[in-house]
Amino acid sequence: MNIIACVKQVPDTEAQIKVKADGSGIEEGQIKWVMNPYDEYGVEEALRLKEKNGGDVTIVSLGPARAMETIRTALAMGADKAVHICDPAFDNADAFVVGNALAAVIKTLPHDIILCGQRAIDDDAGQVGAMLAEALNLPQLTLVTKLDFAGSSVKVIRPIEGAQLLIETSLPCVVTAQKGLNEPRYASLPGIMKAKKKPVDVKNAAALGIATEAKAKVAKTIPPPARAAGKIICGEDPVQKAAELGRLLREEAKAI
Amino acid sequence: MAKGVMIVAEQRDGALRKISLELAATARKLADQSGDEVSAILLGSGIEGLAAQLGKYGVDKVFVGDSPAMEPYITEAHAAIVAKVVKDNDPAILLMGASVQGKDLSSRVAAKLATGLATDCTDVKIADGKLLAIRPMYAGKCFGEIVTNSNPAMASLRPNVFPAVENAKAGAVVKVDAAVDAASIKSKVLEVQKDTSGKVDLTEANVIVSGGRGMKGPEGFSILEELAGVLKGTVGASRAAVDAGWKLQKDQVGQTGKVVSPNLYIACGISGAIQHLAGMSSSKCIVAINKDAEAPIFTRADYGVVDDLFKVVPELTAVCKKMLA
Repeated sequence: MNIIACVKQVPDTEAQIKVKADGSGIEEGQIKWVMNPYDEYGVEEALRLKEKNGGDVTIVSLGPARAMETIRTALAMGADKAVHICDPAFDNADAFVVGNALAAVIKTLPHDIILCGQRAIDDDAGQVGAMLAEALNLPQLTLVTKLDFAGSSVKVIRPIEGAQLLIETSLPCVVTAQKGLNEPRYASLPGIMKAKKKPVDVKNAAALGIATEAKAKVAKTIPPPARAAGKIICGEDPVQKAAELGRLLREEAKAI
Repeated sequence: MAKGVMIVAEQRDGALRKISLELAATARKLADQSGDEVSAILLGSGIEGLAAQLGKYGVDKVFVGDSPAMEPYITEAHAAIVAKVVKDNDPAILLMGASVQGKDLSSRVAAKLATGLATDCTDVKIADGKLLAIRPMYAGKCFGEIVTNSNPAMASLRPNVFPAVENAKAGAVVKVDAAVDAASIKSKVLEVQKDTSGKVDLTEANVIVSGGRGMKGPEGFSILEELAGVLKGTVGASRAAVDAGWKLQKDQVGQTGKVVSPNLYIACGISGAIQHLAGMSSSKCIVAINKDAEAPIFTRADYGVVDDLFKVVPELTAVCKKMLA
């Protein structure tokens, strides 16, 4: 089975995000970079598919030079090899460009199933899986919490508002992982040592032959709207405080 | 030349979802600035009757694709029809819901149309004759202003943020061919497993009562269920409570859970880790109930009560019950 897992390096969820004074992006100086948590589920599922059915796992990642660290993490978890799309031409790429860049690489590799995180926790766009699927003309299964592989097809569980769907799709296909799909493993020490020797093919934009101009541009990055200081309801008696809270929510906030 | 605002309405089981009305009203507001038309795409089986309701919320024209092939929702089938209707009618702006279905569909359609898409927007306006879409990034730790130079400029709107205002227009039905080549559709819905609890999904709830580590265990959540019951709300949880196994993954609010925007968010026994704050900061009114006066959650709360939640919450439930009786 030829399995592809796409990964992105993102700021850790603990990171404080500071907007640059000129609104051109965020301050990256203090940030600790990690693998996008949703991509971890994708990598883990890829490894489980390989362990059960044989084959190999290829990691594909688009990002600056520092993203190599995240690629090595995926290799240390057990993936076999990787392609790193690395070019300053992609610095302002949107999901359309990223999807097409990943597709350009994946087209050249044998692929039965492609796993991505359902969204990256930096730009929160959640578009790349679908963009990639369209570029490869494959079916997409987004937000998957359970995946069963059965020869030439997969059956997945996909939660929607107030229900979950059981969907079957033929291979090859693109699956985007939601939390709940699995519990990602940690890289072992021998895994980390082995990862250093695994092959990583670095490609630039010219090698892919695709347009790098974003369709959707972040014209400006702004801090979140400030919230006015709140009211702390004082007193000794929890009963009285609850009554006052109820009154304020009804009369002042009109929230009840 | 591309002109007008188009929406993709969403229906389920023969009823329009609330986001569809929010989309219609928002599209109307944008289109009125330039005197343009609002059109809608409505896909499903046996759903033509829903067009009138879209008209009531400001839609001039509804492209109805009524076909068994459109039910249940399958990405490939819906994306093919939506892309075709958009190409045939060339709107300047295309809006969809940032619901589960809308996010799945909008991304595929944007790829088909080779255009830009701003996901999960909390505000949209017209600036210099173009769509300016404002959306949270890093789960709301900052926001981006998105501009798209290709047509149509696409945006998906976060449910529960945009008001659904009535503004009666014709809602005239234009039938479109929604037949798809069955061989091109690789996916099949085998089963719809409905959540029978009757709970509104967190992303669509008007009121959320959330619990964290301070609930001390799964039993503790029963008092939150009671309060949520009185307020017709949904119970959510912090990551700590989910990781402890007290609540299910689907109940998690935060950066790696659901990002929510209810009218009222009541955080009980939640300290307010940055990931949690990111997921609920766009709530309209935030209440924090926590024993620890130093908990970061109080920095985001409109109303705070520093006390034992096991004493305050049942009392608040009683007070609300009386007020709403």
